[in-house]
Amino acid sequence: MAVYDKRLISKLERKANLIRQHVVRMIYLAGSGHPGGSLSAVEVIVALYFHVMNIDPKKPDWPDRDRFILSKGHGCPTWYATLAEKGYIPVEELDTLRKLGSRLQGHPDMRACPGVEASTGSEGQGLSMGVGMALAARLDRKLYHVYVMIGDGELDCGQTWEAAMAASHFHVDNLTAIVDRNMLQLDGPTAHIMSVEPLADKWKAFGWHVTEINGHDFKDILRALEKSKDVKGRPNLIIAHTLKGKGVSYMEGAVSFHGKAPTKEEYEQAMEELGGKA
Amino acid sequence: MNLKDFKLESQREYWAKALVELGKKRKDIVVLSADLSSSVKTSLFAKDFPERHFNVGIAEQNMMSIAAGLAACGKTAFASTFAAFGTGRVYDQIRQSIAYPKLNVKIIATHAGITVGGDGATHQIVEDLALMRALPNMTVIVPADAPETYRAIKTVADYVGPVYVRMGRANIPTITNSKGKFKIGKATLLKDGDDVCLIGTGIMVSRCMLAAHELKKHKISARVINLSTIKPIDTKTIVKAARETGGVVTAEEHSSIVGMGSAVAMCLVENAHVPMKRVGIPDVFGQSGDSDELMEKYGLTAENIIEAAHDVLGRKGR
Ligand SMILES: Cc1ncc(C[n+]2csc(CCOP(=O)(O)OP(=O)(O)O)c2C)c(N)n1
Ligand SMILES: [Mg+2]
Repeated sequence: MAVYDKRLISKLERKANLIRQHVVRMIYLAGSGHPGGSLSAVEVIVALYFHVMNIDPKKPDWPDRDRFILSKGHGCPTWYATLAEKGYIPVEELDTLRKLGSRLQGHPDMRACPGVEASTGSEGQGLSMGVGMALAARLDRKLYHVYVMIGDGELDCGQTWEAAMAASHFHVDNLTAIVDRNMLQLDGPTAHIMSVEPLADKWKAFGWHVTEINGHDFKDILRALEKSKDVKGRPNLIIAHTLKGKGVSYMEGAVSFHGKAPTKEEYEQAMEELGGKA
Repeated sequence: MNLKDFKLESQREYWAKALVELGKKRKDIVVLSADLSSSVKTSLFAKDFPERHFNVGIAEQNMMSIAAGLAACGKTAFASTFAAFGTGRVYDQIRQSIAYPKLNVKIIATHAGITVGGDGATHQIVEDLALMRALPNMTVIVPADAPETYRAIKTVADYVGPVYVRMGRANIPTITNSKGKFKIGKATLLKDGDDVCLIGTGIMVSRCMLAAHELKKHKISARVINLSTIKPIDTKTIVKAARETGGVVTAEEHSSIVGMGSAVAMCLVENAHVPMKRVGIPDVFGQSGDSDELMEKYGLTAENIIEAAHDVLGRKGR
């Protein structure tokens, strides 16, 4: 098992915390947005951008880069904040989220913002795009890897399973999907809305290599992401068990914070909890 | 007169109120949601009639065809979600399983148009009327305000066959004061006038009223028509207004190349040749922003209607 340098882990943890502060501030300033699913996704996205992916922020269109798609596009504040911390866009620009004319649209626009690889927002389409990108790598004899994060609500979408079937049918092995398994969707717990378990068995039955991890533990995340590059002949699924709203006490596990901005008082409390300045 | 002079009310609340009342009276009414029941307010029906509400999760295609199955067995099925996901995403399911067999499914769409605001283009469908208008057997209704939404839903429940009802997210000005039954296919006269006719649909009807009020200050008498059924279109009222006023302006919170304005244009081309101007969203996707800002950015204000009216008036004499 890979052993990770303590300094690396604590560097990633600091980044994750910083990104949580950005996310809460951005959504507060925008007055609308989706804090819950942004906050549950932070560690996986940070691990990808700050350690795993082969990318160059100065060359966002470099043909050999690894790709990341946020299929659950409503979680884009985390993506934008990560791109900013990585140097794709100025950090100051984050506060323009959802404002008229901003490159930071309410749902990601690949033609507007550098580093955004796919326009998403209508749930359930990102994994199919990921399959397409992975197939393109094969055609072009390129070695890049494609990562797609999907929400557990997107497991309701028929298209997710169409993509799952296609990826394994085409033996796409340069593709890793990560399910942000935060157990909640818009109307309530996924278990109440549409049962998706036994989840790992379903994906295995579709021909995928499946790993389950704690989606807030960097060691777990790095191990799973790195291992997924070695799996040959089939696509990889990582079920990342997460907590919706992670890091802000009153947002944690709260359906109500799926899609609303914090009030001023809530914002101040969140920043205090995250050790930031309101 | 100002937008602030009107009471702002939520179409979604009125639709849900009508739905719950219908549910009490009629056991054949069933409701389907796709993980947006709290946003589209079908959650209120679900609370009172849990056994007649089906939340299928984020699976709109599935929702439409399940609704078709229920309707095929005698149910009156109301399937509700955001307009983007209740039209474009499920066009083929609507076409094949609902419109073609003429099944009794009501598609109740909220969050249409750019007034969605911050969510941006992915959620701001501006071409849903085009899609629904194009379908044979489909009735297309765009209520002008919350009370009209309530009346329309009651009528729609009695009508047998596929219907698309479009509403927005925002609370909008209440401008209709009609009582009694909403009549499918009947445009209503809100203000008489004989210099120019302003035909609005949805949220733009209120802007037409404001525009008419402003025009009056310049001695221009504008007729205002609320075209709340886009299909079947009220050719008679439109043609009469065109002939009597000699010029028409249409206004819609929708793409101007494929929506209500084009439906009216077709009607005029075949029946009354008068100058006409369409106010609507140009041929572009929307973007994130505050809804009022977006209405301005995309040319959907009373001023835009006034400008269009002057343009039409200028061409009238020629
Ligand atoms: C096709 C489609 N239907 C409905 C929506 C509205 N919507 C936005 S987020 C969401 C729930 C998402 O749940 P999940 O994928 O689990 O995301 P997370 O919990 O990570 O926020 C819904 C229904 C949408 N964006 N797309
Ligand atoms: Mg979820």
